[in-house]
Amino acid sequence: MEEVRTILLHRSVYADNDAEADALRSYLKDRGVFLVNLMSSPGAGKTTTLTALINSIKNKVRVGVMEADIDSDVDALSIAKNTGVKSIQLHTGGMCHLDAGMTKSGLDGIDISDLDLIFLENVGNLVCPAEFDTGANLDVMILSIPEGHDKPLKYPLVFQKSDLVIINKIDALPYFNFDYEKCVNYIKMRNKDATIIPISAKTGEGIDKVADYFLNKLKQFKE
Amino acid sequence: MHELGIVVHVIKQIEELAKNNKVKEVKELTLEVGEVSGVVKEYFVDAFNWAIKKTEYMKNCKLNLIIIEGISFCEDCQQTFKTTEFGKKCPNCGSERTYLVTGRDVVIKDVKVI
Repeated sequence: MEEVRTILLHRSVYADNDAEADALRSYLKDRGVFLVNLMSSPGAGKTTTLTALINSIKNKVRVGVMEADIDSDVDALSIAKNTGVKSIQLHTGGMCHLDAGMTKSGLDGIDISDLDLIFLENVGNLVCPAEFDTGANLDVMILSIPEGHDKPLKYPLVFQKSDLVIINKIDALPYFNFDYEKCVNYIKMRNKDATIIPISAKTGEGIDKVADYFLNKLKQFKE
Repeated sequence: MHELGIVVHVIKQIEELAKNNKVKEVKELTLEVGEVSGVVKEYFVDAFNWAIKKTEYMKNCKLNLIIIEGISFCEDCQQTFKTTEFGKKCPNCGSERTYLVTGRDVVIKDVKVI
């Protein structure tokens, strides 16, 4: 009978990923590249918002995009076709989120030496992407009007960790029972420092404000 | 789905540990799972039993899960309360200036190896 020994670990399962995420942040810092992690439910308008946003800033800064999905490359193709910026599709192979390791290998797949700002479009999901640090400098989420104003109560973590909450499809506000003021209060309850910007990716309303937000953050980062 | 992501991270860490410590086999793994970590125990066990088949050291590993209670602290009245029962709102004074103290994390406690 072989002797059984016990190895005490007592470490968070996220510890490994957190270390990788920090390593990725310093790797990006050295190269002057700012990485934004974009999260939302499926259909909240991540790709449409990104397309509108990139088109409004691509003449000022050098932008790249990484699209993460369980499968398919429709998002990367659509971004590439509609903005002309460098884009790459990552497949998570069935996983519901990106972790720092996957983000790093995605970045290794594109030449980042000529980029200032990279958007990482995370898998459409409000639960899992919030749990794992991707190594991004900034966490952003999009909530859309049809989803309802109670989402900050149901999925607190993603609102808690987002620096910026974009409320998309604001042009649809008259058609839904979406209480904007309540929603802002719920978000502030979870995260009092969050910036909240209402937009419509379709009509272009508010895109300039989001663009200014990112250009400012990038400027602060570069200084 | 979410559980699978965590399972993959856990297995990666334990396999590395096994390799670095010249372990022959990992017999048992004990995790502390927070009540508000978002992990559903049944899904986690299923995902774990599926994922260990592909490992080198953990093919017959037994999984023990210890549930850690979710406790929140109220900044206004300085008292603690059970998170799953009262959520964000302090049951003692009604304040919403509360934060989670325990129950959020998933921690690898120990492994039994030969």
